[in-house]
Amino acid sequence: MKTDDLLRVLVADGGTIEPPVATRLWRLLPLGLAATALLFLTTLGPRPDIAAAVQTVRFVLKPIEMALPAVLAAALMLRLARPTDQRTARLSAGLAAVAALLVAGVLAELVVVPSSEWGRRLVGERAVACLVSIPVLAAPLLAASLAVLRRGAPRRPGLAGAAAGLFAATAGAAFYALHCPDDSPLFVATWYSLAIVAVTAIGALAGRWLLRW
Amino acid sequence: MRLAIAGDSGAYERCLRDMTAVLRVGVRRAVTRAGLAAGEAEDIVQEILLAVHLKRHTWDTTRPIGPWLQAVARHKTIDAIRRRGGRSGVPLDDVVETLPAPREEPTIRETELVRALDSLPPGERAAVTAIALDGASFAEAAVRLGTTEGALRVALHRGLARLARTAHERT
Repeated sequence: MKTDDLLRVLVADGGTIEPPVATRLWRLLPLGLAATALLFLTTLGPRPDIAAAVQTVRFVLKPIEMALPAVLAAALMLRLARPTDQRTARLSAGLAAVAALLVAGVLAELVVVPSSEWGRRLVGERAVACLVSIPVLAAPLLAASLAVLRRGAPRRPGLAGAAAGLFAATAGAAFYALHCPDDSPLFVATWYSLAIVAVTAIGALAGRWLLRW
Repeated sequence: MRLAIAGDSGAYERCLRDMTAVLRVGVRRAVTRAGLAAGEAEDIVQEILLAVHLKRHTWDTTRPIGPWLQAVARHKTIDAIRRRGGRSGVPLDDVVETLPAPREEPTIRETELVRALDSLPPGERAAVTAIALDGASFAEAAVRLGTTEGALRVALHRGLARLARTAHERT
C-alpha cells in the first residue's frame, strides 16, 4: 500500500475518534466499583462492631491510608496512559507521602504499645484473610482499569499497568479495611502492603502484556 | 491537528501530509543507524501514521502537538526496529526531523501493510481496500459492496485498528 493510499483511508476514517481515556475511565470505573462493593457486601460486609470502631484512630486511619493512594494512583494511571506521560512527579511524591504516613503510624504504635505486644499485633487475627481478600476485591477494578488503559498509548506499558494495579489494590483494601478486625498499624503496614505489592506486580506484568501498542 | 480533531478533514489531510514529510527523514536516518535496509523506513512511517491516527485522542489538545508526535514516533520506531532485528539502543532523539523534507514518496515494493491486509476479515478488508486502493467514497463503496455507509465506516475503523495490532504482533 502506498503511503498516499494509507493517508486517504486515515482521512476517510477521520470522523471516528475515540473519547479521551479519562472519559472512558469515568464510564467504566463506576462499574468496577459497583462490582467490588457488591463483592464486599455479599461475602465480607463491615465488621459487626464498626460503630464502636470508628471512634478509634487506628481504625479510621486504615480506609484513609488506602483511599488516598487509590485516588493518587488513578490520577497517575491517567497520566501514564499518554505517550508523553509527563507531570507524574507530584503524584509520585504524594504516594511517597502516604507511605511515610504508614511508617509514621508504625513508629507511633511502637512507642505507644509495650514491646511484649508487638508480635501479637503484627500477626493479628486474620492475616491470611487479608492477603486473599484484597486481591479478590481488587480484581474487578484491575480489569476495568486495564480495559481503560488499552485505549491509551502508554510509553511505559509495565509502569502504567503497575499504576492500575496499585489503584485497584488500594481501593480494594479501602473496602477490606471496613471488615478487617486488625487495626494495628503494624498489621496494616505488613499484610496490607504485601497484598498491595502483589496486585501491583500482577498489574505490571499484565500491563507489559496487554498495554503494548 | 486541533481542527482535524474538530472534524475538518482538509486540515487533517494537510496535517498528516506534513507529519509524513518530517517522519520520513527521521525514520530513514534511524533505520540506517540501526543497520537495516533503507526500504524498511517507509513501512515504519506507515506504522507510525496508523498509530498517530488511532491514538490521536491521547493527545492533550491544550499542549503542543510536537512532543506528542515525537513520543509516538519514537515508541513505534523502537518497536519496529527491534522487531526487525535491528541494533537496538540507537539514540532516537530526533525521529521527528524538523528540517524541510522531500515530499515525494519513495517508490517501494509491496509494503507490510498490504500483507497485513490479507489477514483481515473479508468485510474489513473490503472496506479498507475500497477506500485506500480504489479511492472510492463511502457512498460509492457502500453501493458496490452492498452495505450501508454507516456499516462501512465501522468496518473501516475496525479494520484499521486490527491492522495496527497485526503489524505490532508480527515478529
